[in-house]
Amino acid sequence: MTFLPSNYLDGNAAAGELSKIFTLDLTAAEGQCVHCGARNRFADAHVYMQSPGVVARCPACQHVLLRLVSVRQRVFLDLRGMTYLSLDADQVQSLESARSAS
Amino acid sequence: MWRVATVIALRDETPTARTLTLDVPDWPGHIAGQHVDVRVTAPDGYSAVRSYSIASAPDSHAQIELTIERLPNGEVSPYLTQVVAPGDRLEVRGPIGGWFVWRTEQYEPVQLIAGGSGIVPLMAMIRSHVSTKNTSQFRLLYSVREPEAIFYRDELGALSKDKYSVGLTYAYTRKTPKDWQQPPGRIAAALIANATWPSVLAPTCYVCGPTSFVENVTALLAASGNERDKIKTERFGSTGERK
Repeated sequence: MTFLPSNYLDGNAAAGELSKIFTLDLTAAEGQCVHCGARNRFADAHVYMQSPGVVARCPACQHVLLRLVSVRQRVFLDLRGMTYLSLDADQVQSLESARSAS
Repeated sequence: MWRVATVIALRDETPTARTLTLDVPDWPGHIAGQHVDVRVTAPDGYSAVRSYSIASAPDSHAQIELTIERLPNGEVSPYLTQVVAPGDRLEVRGPIGGWFVWRTEQYEPVQLIAGGSGIVPLMAMIRSHVSTKNTSQFRLLYSVREPEAIFYRDELGALSKDKYSVGLTYAYTRKTPKDWQQPPGRIAAALIANATWPSVLAPTCYVCGPTSFVENVTALLAASGNERDKIKTERFGSTGERK
C-alpha cells in the first residue's frame, strides 16, 4: 500500500522560500522526476512545509524532487530528484534585459 | 527581499475574514493570482511566515489588499484579523508566483472554481478582468460552507448582473439558503457539467482551495475532458493557513 498523506500543499507555497535562492519564478518551470519520468510544472509538486525545511515530491509517484533546508549558517539545496528543470525563455530574456537596464 | 508594509485600512468580509489594505513602499506591481509571504515577529524574536493571496487587481498604486480567514487554532491569522490596526507594520515578501496567474493579454474563456477562502486570488483575477475591460468570458463556481461564509458577496452580486463580467454559481457544503434547489454537498460531476464551461471551448481553469477540494475538482475537470495543462491549481493547508 502506498502512503498518501493529504496534508501537502503545492509548489506555489514553496515559491517564497525558493526565491531566497532562485531569481526566476520556479512555479511555471517544468521538471522531470528522476524516479518515474513524469514531467510536471513545479506548481503541481506536492510540497510539505511542516518539516524543518521544504520537501517537494512528484505528484505522480511521490518521489522526492527537491529539498531545501536551513541549518544554522548553511542553506542546503538537494535537487537530485529532478532530471532537469525547464524555464520559459521569455522569462529568462526579460530578466537579462532588466539586469542590463539597471 | 522583505519590505516593510504599513496597514492603512481594515474591512470585515465575514464574521471570520478580514481584508487588510497594505501600503508597500517600492512595490513592483503584481499579476492577478499572485501571493505574498507575510512575516510577523514577536517581541521575543520568534517569527512566523505565512502566504496570503492578493485580493486586489493590479493598479498603479503601491497598495495591495489581502483577505485573511481567521483559523481557530492559527498561529498568525488571529493576530492579522483581530489585533493588527491601521498604522501597524508588517514584513512582506513578493509578489510570488508566475504559474497560478491570469494575465490581461489572455482572451480564452476562463473558469474559476473556489473552495472557501480560495476565492481570494480568483477575486483578483475577476477585478483585473473587469478593470481592464478584457473581453474574455469568465465563470465562477464558488463553494462555501454556508451563505454567511461568502466573501465579497455584494461586489460579486453586482458584477454577475453584467454577463460580460462574470457568470456566478454558488455551491454550499453544509447549509444552503432557504428554497435552494440542491441539498448541501461537495462539488460533483453534475455541477461541473452544468455550471462550468464545456471543455470543447478549451477554457483555462483556475482551482483554489483546501488540498482535498482541489484534488476532487481537478479530477472532475479532467474527467469532463479538460486538458491537465489548462487546469491551474493552488492548494491551502488542511489548517487553512498556507503553511
